[in-house]
Amino acid sequence: MGAAPATRDVTSYGMGLAAPLALFFLVFFVAPLLQLLWLSLHNDTAALHWGLGQYLHFLTDPFSLSVLGSTLLLGAEVTAVCLVLGFPIAWLYQRVGPKLQTIIILIVLLPLLTSVVVRTFAWIVILGRQGIINATLQSLGIIDTPLKLLYTQFGVVIALAQVQMPLMTLPLITALGRIDPNLDDASCSLGAGSWRTFFRVVLPLSLPGVIAGCTLTYAAAITAFITQSLIGGGQMLFMPMYLYQQASTLQNWPFASAISIIFLLAVLAVVSVFTTLGRLSRGYGGT
Amino acid sequence: MAEMQGGRSLVVDAVTHRYPSGALAVENINLDIKGGEIIALLGPSGCGKTTLLRIIAGFIAQTQGRIIIGDDIVDALPPNKRAVGIVFQNYALFPHLTVSDNVGYGLAARGIDKATRQREAQRLLELVQLPTMSERLPRQLSGGQQQRVALARALAIKPSILLLDEPFAALDKNLRLDMQIEIKRLQRVSGITTLIVTHDQEEALSMADRVAVLSHGKLEQFGSPSDVYDRPQTLFVNTFVGSSNRMPGVVVSADRTAAKVRLDAGAEIIARPAGGTLSEGGRVTVCIRPEHLQFVGDETGFAGVVGMSLPLGATVVHEVTTADGFGVKVSQARIGETRALESGAAVRLAPLAPSLANAFPATL
Repeated sequence: MGAAPATRDVTSYGMGLAAPLALFFLVFFVAPLLQLLWLSLHNDTAALHWGLGQYLHFLTDPFSLSVLGSTLLLGAEVTAVCLVLGFPIAWLYQRVGPKLQTIIILIVLLPLLTSVVVRTFAWIVILGRQGIINATLQSLGIIDTPLKLLYTQFGVVIALAQVQMPLMTLPLITALGRIDPNLDDASCSLGAGSWRTFFRVVLPLSLPGVIAGCTLTYAAAITAFITQSLIGGGQMLFMPMYLYQQASTLQNWPFASAISIIFLLAVLAVVSVFTTLGRLSRGYGGT
Repeated sequence: MAEMQGGRSLVVDAVTHRYPSGALAVENINLDIKGGEIIALLGPSGCGKTTLLRIIAGFIAQTQGRIIIGDDIVDALPPNKRAVGIVFQNYALFPHLTVSDNVGYGLAARGIDKATRQREAQRLLELVQLPTMSERLPRQLSGGQQQRVALARALAIKPSILLLDEPFAALDKNLRLDMQIEIKRLQRVSGITTLIVTHDQEEALSMADRVAVLSHGKLEQFGSPSDVYDRPQTLFVNTFVGSSNRMPGVVVSADRTAAKVRLDAGAEIIARPAGGTLSEGGRVTVCIRPEHLQFVGDETGFAGVVGMSLPLGATVVHEVTTADGFGVKVSQARIGETRALESGAAVRLAPLAPSLANAFPATL
């Protein structure tokens, strides 16, 4: 007969199906980001004169730098609290029966099921001058005057930690679930106590989850506009509120854009440090 | 490498374990294991053998009974104080540690310094014939190599008892035989009392000095491989260990050493009363192994029709349907002219010898 039938490459897929999403990202993410960058490169509020003035202003202004510093520190504190409190929950989850697992998951997910505004107001009720904590401590006679809990760094960290906890706990639960339970028994049968097993086996093997949880928690904590503002109040200023003031109140869009870009770069830097740490400490997976 | 330690004895004394739900996992298990013996715990899945292994290791606290290692009752000791080495079915090597660190892990837990640990790890890796693998990660090794590492890791702590949980299940057939020989060699060298949990009867029979057969949490028989294979005490042991044809029949006459049984298939044979004495006229189940049946030319034995013949290499297995409708298998060594029989051929069968048929009182 004639020529052999033409062969078809069945391993490549058409990119057409990805086009809608690509277009969506292009219009609603890449374009605004480029516009932000374009705006930030102007020295005047009317965006007529090109220049790096806004960046110079931010990087030489002690106030702006202190806002950036306190925001990054806030993120670190929230992440640390979430890790220390979240790890035991994730660890417990892997060691209880299916019924308790359901309850734990429900408790972990519950914060995600209520509005962040509602959760934050709940913390105001708890932390306020006449709030639950102060009222209890006063009625027990432990303190005479109410403690200042609201509008403090402590208050913001606690409230944010509760709000962002699921972002830490869920990756940890996944990571711990991937660890072969026989490793625990193996470690134990070789004479290791529970702490050695935890630090030599469980913790190193859960690092991918720790890194993922820390990255998510950190990114969420430093950008949590509502909780930061409501619990922090007027005296505590963090980057999202600073940005909002510059853009909305002062109408200084180029400076607000420059703040955004600097903030974005700062977050990316921290996240890449996390990722690098994760890659270095993960003895397996690479090589 | 002389490493004779003279293994310690292990006594499982009337151990019973109930799950929290109340179901019995193991019931009144008694095993008296001498130092240096290899014992196989053999049974189908769910028979309680893994539970028993975990009780000995200390991961499960038994409801009743005692575990005695050497002269010590170890029930109060947690697993990390029992010095029981375990090789897990999936090896459970630490994936983030090198082979050397895996082997040295137990020594590190005992506070031994790094240099000594590495030297000892290297010595053990040479013992399991992996001297050049010390810096690799477990996932860079083959299944057999991983098992050798797991073995070296368990031996590193100089355990008084070595427990192997389904050690060969994950290996392919050729490698399995190599590892069985290897483990038997290492066990001989070290003299460590060894317990192998397995559902594979060939493995149990070939490796163990004595075999404990378990079923539904109960110990069915504990004896040498030939005891278990040739002189099974229960119907379960007879059918689980090796393959066996089960043929129903009625006792014609019986004393303590022999019973005359009329098979429903239509022949009178002499069988060994295996499960205690049999009463005349009682229903029995007679077990005859396929290799203990032979074709006979005369009118002795029982009649059957050949269904299918399977030439399986060294043997040929014939499937024969008897007059009462039961299917029996006959295994013939393949010598010279042994050929597959025609389907539908009429044959007569008889046991090779009276002692090779076992009669058990019929349950039901």
